[in-house]
Amino acid sequence: MREGEGDPGLYPYSPYRGRPKLEWPGGKKVAVWISPNLEFYELDPPANPHRKSWAKPHPDVVGYAHRDYANRVGHWRMAEMMEKHGFKGSVSLSVALCQHVPEVVEHANALGWEFFSHGIYNTRYSYGMDEVQERAIIEDSIRTVREATGQTIKGWLAPALTHTPRTLDLIAEYGLTYTCDLYHDDQPGPVAVRSGTLISMPYSLEVNDHYGFFIYNMSPRDYAETLIRHYDRLAAEGAESGTVMCIPLHSYLIGQPHRIGAFERVLQHIVDDGRAWITRSGDIADHYLAQRSKTAEI
Amino acid sequence: MALDPAYLDYPHRHKGMDHGLYRWSNIFDRPAITWPDSRRVLTWVVIDLEWFPITPTDKPFRAPGHMQTSYPDYRHYTARDYGNRVGIYRLLDALTKVGARASVAANGAIAERYPELMRDIVDAGHEIIAHSTDMNGTIATGIGEAEERALIVDTLDSLERAAGARPKGWLSIARSQSFDTPRLLAEAGLGYMCDWVNDDLPYRMETPAGAIINLPLNHELSDRQILTVQQQSIDSYCEQMRDAFAWLDAESARHGGRILPLNITPYIMGLPYRIAAFEQLLAWLAAQPGHGFARGDEIVGWAGAQIG
Repeated sequence: MREGEGDPGLYPYSPYRGRPKLEWPGGKKVAVWISPNLEFYELDPPANPHRKSWAKPHPDVVGYAHRDYANRVGHWRMAEMMEKHGFKGSVSLSVALCQHVPEVVEHANALGWEFFSHGIYNTRYSYGMDEVQERAIIEDSIRTVREATGQTIKGWLAPALTHTPRTLDLIAEYGLTYTCDLYHDDQPGPVAVRSGTLISMPYSLEVNDHYGFFIYNMSPRDYAETLIRHYDRLAAEGAESGTVMCIPLHSYLIGQPHRIGAFERVLQHIVDDGRAWITRSGDIADHYLAQRSKTAEI
Repeated sequence: MALDPAYLDYPHRHKGMDHGLYRWSNIFDRPAITWPDSRRVLTWVVIDLEWFPITPTDKPFRAPGHMQTSYPDYRHYTARDYGNRVGIYRLLDALTKVGARASVAANGAIAERYPELMRDIVDAGHEIIAHSTDMNGTIATGIGEAEERALIVDTLDSLERAAGARPKGWLSIARSQSFDTPRLLAEAGLGYMCDWVNDDLPYRMETPAGAIINLPLNHELSDRQILTVQQQSIDSYCEQMRDAFAWLDAESARHGGRILPLNITPYIMGLPYRIAAFEQLLAWLAAQPGHGFARGDEIVGWAGAQIG
């Protein structure tokens, strides 16, 4: 990015109208991916000078325990439902979960879920890191996920959405192909980086379960209805444009007993509708990049 | 510019939790828990019975629901006390109608100030659990061990004097603890606490003063969270509780007994425009096959031997 400038120069402007259509496999209209955030939060993390971790003095019992619900209860409930309806997760992973609760990571890997990095812990932020430190967490992420799952990460969602001006350049340099940190579009698109190739993968804050439940204060059924409307619109427009819909989840939220049943209607709706390419983020990135290079050759 | 190199040290990065209080465990891998009489889902009603001094303190933090205007804040002082005069009696009647016994998490001040209310609660068969001294009795790191220990013991003493029995359970204000709390609660002889919302079933914690059961009181299902924080309607609240019950009931067929925790606040739920819907919810729950109401001490007693 152009550090310090008003326009960070992240990507070229490209209006939605008049773009070449993105074709998805099987003539599908919208690529749908679910992103479970599999996270580990520390009870007593060190302080980052640029952002507090917990709202309360440590231990923030409710904050910590609420998130710990994910690894004891929520993940298993959410994963079983996704599997029942044929959705593979694209995991935004606190890579230290590979050490703390390898059972969750192994379970997701055995289901055929993809992993990308969401930092080491969701209580360690990138703000204030120098280049050496930021390289260390990227290298740690690549190494840790490879050792735990055999997978090579292709994507990045910054830990707790904390960035530095060099994050995108660095992940591209390490061979990652997509970032989930940019929210400017419903289609993938190129990101300006110093070297290599990086695309933006439409993730979402608007339909993220955290936003649904704690920013917009939706009831479980209202959130489900929101996702269905979001899907229906992107599927309809996708006939002309080829769209991407991400459902970012935290199992300590969606996996609660009053929410998971309402969410099942969303998965059933998408499957029954038939217009969705139900896939993983890395597969979308691979497909998009292959399509783009073919277009470039022509 | 760089961060302190220690920011990239991860001293607790190893298998298991990053603390010694409890071990990680997958609820679906544990031996199934069974409840008496083949009941599948137990609704555990917990009523927070709270007295807010009109002189709030902010150390270590101001309790949720506390005074908000400049002194004297008549509106919040009295609106909270409404719960102790009117709301609680509506809730007690609602429980009686369905034959439910509940856990009442009371401030010690309730026992000191309203002994007749305490007698009415105990006579109806409800359990009293401890909920600090009054709503200035918040706990967080910084309170100091001696002060926290005194707060716990004072609360238990007050409640025992009025209720005739020493409470076995503890609920912190806002479920907020210090690093010392689990140990101090175990040291005080409490059998269970409700603060850690990381599970749907009770599990054992280890402290230097001995073990204590954590019986999770899901804050996400509380009237405070859904009605006051998220500002949803009472009808939506009731629908969410029915949905939660339906999910847990279905899960219990494969995985054993489940608990539906209903954390209720008299000044929130005990209002005229809400109570009828809550009564209908209780009646609906009571009519579900395999459903029962239980107190926290009963649940801990039944689960205790089964959770090792």
